[in-house]
Amino acid sequence: MTTPLPATRSETAFGDFKLPFAPGEAVAEATRCLFCHDAPCIAACPTAIDIPQFIRKIATGNDRGSAKTIFESNILGMSCARVCPVEVLCVGSCVYNDLDQPPIAIGRLQRHATDRAFAEGWTFFEAGPDTGRRVALVGGGPASLAAAHRLRRLGHACTILERGTTLGGLNSTGVAPYKMRADRSIEEIEWVLAIGGIEVRTGVEVGGQGPDDPSLEDLERDFDAVFVGAGLGADSALGVPGEDLLGVHGAVAWIESMKLGEVDLAGVERAVVVGGGNTAIDGVRELLGLGVASVTMLYRGTPERMSGYAHEWTAALADGARVEWRAIATDFEGTDRIERVRAARLDDARRPIDGGEFTLDADLVLLAIGQSKLGERLAALEGIALDRGRVAVDDGGATGRGGWYAGGDCVNGGKEVVNAVAEGDRAALAIDAWFAAGGGLRKGSGA
Amino acid sequence: MPDLSTDTGGIRSPNPFWLASAPPTNSGLQVQRAFEAGWGGAVWKTLGTPIRNVTSRFGGHSIGGVRGAGFNNIELITDRPLEANYREIAETKRLFPDHAMIVSLMFETREEWKEHIGRSIDAGADGLELNFGCPHGMCERGMGSAVGQEPAVNERITSWAAEFSTVPVIVKLTPNVSDIVPHGLAAKRGGADAVSLINTIKSIIGVDIDRFVPEPRVGGASTNGGYCGSAVKPIALHMVAALAREREFGLPISGIGGVADWRDAVEFILLGASTVQVCTEVMLRGYGVVEDMIDGLSEYMRTHGFESIDQMVGKAVPGFREWGDLDLNHELVAKIDADACIGCQLCVAACHDGAHQCIHPQEGSRVPVVDESECVGCNLCKIVCPVEECISMETVEHDVPPATWNQHVADPVHHPLRPKKGSHG
Repeated sequence: MTTPLPATRSETAFGDFKLPFAPGEAVAEATRCLFCHDAPCIAACPTAIDIPQFIRKIATGNDRGSAKTIFESNILGMSCARVCPVEVLCVGSCVYNDLDQPPIAIGRLQRHATDRAFAEGWTFFEAGPDTGRRVALVGGGPASLAAAHRLRRLGHACTILERGTTLGGLNSTGVAPYKMRADRSIEEIEWVLAIGGIEVRTGVEVGGQGPDDPSLEDLERDFDAVFVGAGLGADSALGVPGEDLLGVHGAVAWIESMKLGEVDLAGVERAVVVGGGNTAIDGVRELLGLGVASVTMLYRGTPERMSGYAHEWTAALADGARVEWRAIATDFEGTDRIERVRAARLDDARRPIDGGEFTLDADLVLLAIGQSKLGERLAALEGIALDRGRVAVDDGGATGRGGWYAGGDCVNGGKEVVNAVAEGDRAALAIDAWFAAGGGLRKGSGA
Repeated sequence: MPDLSTDTGGIRSPNPFWLASAPPTNSGLQVQRAFEAGWGGAVWKTLGTPIRNVTSRFGGHSIGGVRGAGFNNIELITDRPLEANYREIAETKRLFPDHAMIVSLMFETREEWKEHIGRSIDAGADGLELNFGCPHGMCERGMGSAVGQEPAVNERITSWAAEFSTVPVIVKLTPNVSDIVPHGLAAKRGGADAVSLINTIKSIIGVDIDRFVPEPRVGGASTNGGYCGSAVKPIALHMVAALAREREFGLPISGIGGVADWRDAVEFILLGASTVQVCTEVMLRGYGVVEDMIDGLSEYMRTHGFESIDQMVGKAVPGFREWGDLDLNHELVAKIDADACIGCQLCVAACHDGAHQCIHPQEGSRVPVVDESECVGCNLCKIVCPVEECISMETVEHDVPPATWNQHVADPVHHPLRPKKGSHG
């Protein structure tokens, strides 16, 4: 189905940043949960997992029921237990934050139940009776996987069309390895696909030029509905001199090569990461973790303005990160390879300050300033609208063109795995409702 | 520094904390270590005709992850030679002359009682405790709770002990009766100097749901045992208080049943006990728990102005009344401190599903509101609230004078009741 992962991947240098609970610890922690009414943690979870219920089940020794509760709402619940920014979601909303006690470790409890499910080989879901309906899913990331699994439970046939060789999107290729390594993501995807009836085609690009690449029109001809979970495109460039020097990488591409293969850091002692988002922080922590002695984040804004999470940045500082706030890269210099970054200090209006130029020696640079949007190709279809490059959808994930639905990063501009799962799941239910109301793209497939 | 010394029916001890007759008082070395740790007295593991025990013997009841919140045992009286017991009692009393040494006894015939009361006193016993309470193993042989459940038998054997003994006699009562008072009165008629209660409650602690056998398991079977530990405290408190307020009774009481810390001890003392006996908490955590019991009790006495235990004994007994003598016109409503509330809404679920549907969520806030016109002041919300002092039960002032049910039934005109709330029409 997908290319096996090499055992020598660079990411295998990392262990788990948050350790799993021992069974007794999990029960003790679960027992602390208050079982809130109309619990705020559920409201804070994009997939609305019934968190108090799954925690209560751990407390009573019903791990299997606990795992089922989790996967019922979030089919990538094992990944999300590790990769969710729980500090700003469920855990951040725990009522214990307002009491003089630590909030419930919801992520680690979720990991306890879902790890157990995988260790025991538990399965919970079966495909629904065949409806004869066929749905194409563009992109093989979390949004499409969640949509496909829900659609299969409802009896609709699914085909995932993935441009690359690996399913899981950034959940496989982008998650910081101290949170989760790619093999765990792949293991979960195989568990998801085990429901059966999900055809996976890798190496095909919808609207691409290859002989096997289907066009948008092909999809409308061959399927009853289309879900677009195409994610985002390539790393954005700064547009400054020297960006093409060896050793200057887009952060998302470099992280993918580190997770799926080996990166060569021989001779790299100083690195600069440009950006202030979570990808930038991940890059900083990953370079430090792989042994680069000095890693500096170069960010044009202030700590208060950065889009990266405060708890992640705190962890990066603990790892030894350096930082230059209110600074931009103006030139990348070197002969063939990057040797130094010229930078300029900014004032409050983000204008370079006279005399504020400085230089950072660097053997490697990661550019983590965002990714391109992929929406333009879709916008060729009448009815599909874009909002600042993102595919515009209604509350159910429907675009303005009948039978076309979308979710995940291509819609939300780049959020968490859990958001993609929620949006994929939501769209699957909307597609099912559309079918039930007589909708269908293929001729003669409607009611 | 308050005076913690006590006198229970003539048995003096440096503090009110005694070890109950049980595994922690099975041998001289144990009791000596306990006295070193600070225990004021010990009731020696019951002496009787030698028996054999089964394995296993103990069962624990976990509640919310707390192990041993309830506990039971199917162990019998001492299984050690009587000579060894008497030798160690004597040695322990010699080493700790100021500590209370009470010997628990369980025999069948008058002659046996006479012989072993004599030998106990010879060994140095400061008092005797007659085990009329054990609800397993011994009662089937006509001893233990079989005695405690029959006031006439209780009275007869107590009278033998009173006749033979030169030291105070405590009768240990079983809770496996419908009303404790006749049994306490029987002990008094027999000549007891004090009573101790409660012994353990007849129970099955749990079932092994994979093997389909009750616990604690003895091979492929089990039997009913004696329930004890923190979970039984409410039952013990009631029985102690029932005797303490009985006018014809008037004997000193040694309180037993779920005493795990100084607060439990204070409660027993306020309801009429002059000493307390502890077993389960020591079995779970060791003799060292007595340090905090002594500290905590001393501090409580200091902050509440008590100089001696005597001043505390029975202080809460007048507040224990029959339901028919409670004021039906006393009106409470729940108040939620919005600043303290953490928004868990446990009170909403509890009130809606388990009470009178008068606490409601409100739009735009996690802090619920109380509909005071429907609130019956039941206390459930305050019990489930995880925040100390967040929910308070406040008295509603009104013009209807106090009236109890008994007063109202006797004379409704002069003892009217306030309008009813919470019945939803």
